[in-house]
Amino acid sequence: MKMQGILASAAAVALVVALARPTTVDAQSGSELESRCAACHTLTKPANASVDRLWERKGPDLWYAGNKFNRAWLVQWLQKPTPIRPGGVLWFKHAKPGEPRDTLDPAAAGQHPAVDAATAAKLADELLTLKADGLVAEGAFKPEGVNLTMGQMSFGKLRGCVACHQDKAGQGGLSGPALIDAGQRLQPDYVLAYMKDPQQFDRYVWMPRVALSDADLQRLTGYVVSLGKENN
Amino acid sequence: MLRWGLFGAAVVAFTGAIIIHQPARAGDEAKLRASAHLYDTYCAQCHGVNRNGKGINTIGLSVQPRDHSDKAGMSSLPIDEMKKAIRDGGASVNKSALMPPWASVLTDEQIDDMAVYLRSVCHCDEQK
Repeated sequence: MKMQGILASAAAVALVVALARPTTVDAQSGSELESRCAACHTLTKPANASVDRLWERKGPDLWYAGNKFNRAWLVQWLQKPTPIRPGGVLWFKHAKPGEPRDTLDPAAAGQHPAVDAATAAKLADELLTLKADGLVAEGAFKPEGVNLTMGQMSFGKLRGCVACHQDKAGQGGLSGPALIDAGQRLQPDYVLAYMKDPQQFDRYVWMPRVALSDADLQRLTGYVVSLGKENN
Repeated sequence: MLRWGLFGAAVVAFTGAIIIHQPARAGDEAKLRASAHLYDTYCAQCHGVNRNGKGINTIGLSVQPRDHSDKAGMSSLPIDEMKKAIRDGGASVNKSALMPPWASVLTDEQIDDMAVYLRSVCHCDEQK
């Protein structure tokens, strides 16, 4: 009996040590990104892509953050995070049936933790190293001669982006990320690559691939990256 | 004696039919559940949590999405047109481009199953 007690205590101590160890290792490795972000965000391309993974994940994937975000925006946003997705990472979890339409719980998006300026800069630098091989063609977006008016029309009823995304405050759908400040947030080549084929980034994500001509892709990208800029 | 023989054969046939039919029904139920889950993931954003065309995104839509719970409206919709609209988008069936094509996300089999699911949502195949 006494021996059993000793064994149980030893097992409990071993378990505590085993559970504590990864935290210690992470802290020692110096990766702010791993220790602060990996609990909610995928930092490497997931091997288990599925519809269920989209339902289970706690935050958007960041494994291609280096292709996606502008550094200046990251540094600023990480210090003062504001909601990007009105319905949180998966809108359905926060939607309520109603009249004249379904609504979102105002607390849906939750509150992203804020960090100090030094940590924000460090995280931004680490995020910019996360790049997806071959998914985003550098220089694909050609800003010269883009017709923003045509881009806005494409974004609206011609191509229907507005069904899920807000391009201006109070205008547009709520299930996708708001694009009100997309020009500050996103890299143009990423916008073009994602619009061209969202399933290259996630086979199951609820933005489907729409057949867009090269001209469409250029003007839509031009319009999206004009949003939130001072001259817009 | 012949009567008893026929009766026995009928009992065997009836029991067999029940046994064969059960797994098929269980399979149908599983497909309906899978389609409902896909509907929640991809369709409800516009067509509504209650499948009534009142999704959260309708705030941004100039054309309102179809109400899938509307028996009269859905009953008149040919199933092939329904599948084409899902696969290739609203514009492919002369409807709004706000309904995107889902062929890059849903397989042909999932689209076929979704059409069956939609017929169950509207109770289109029920007498009353």
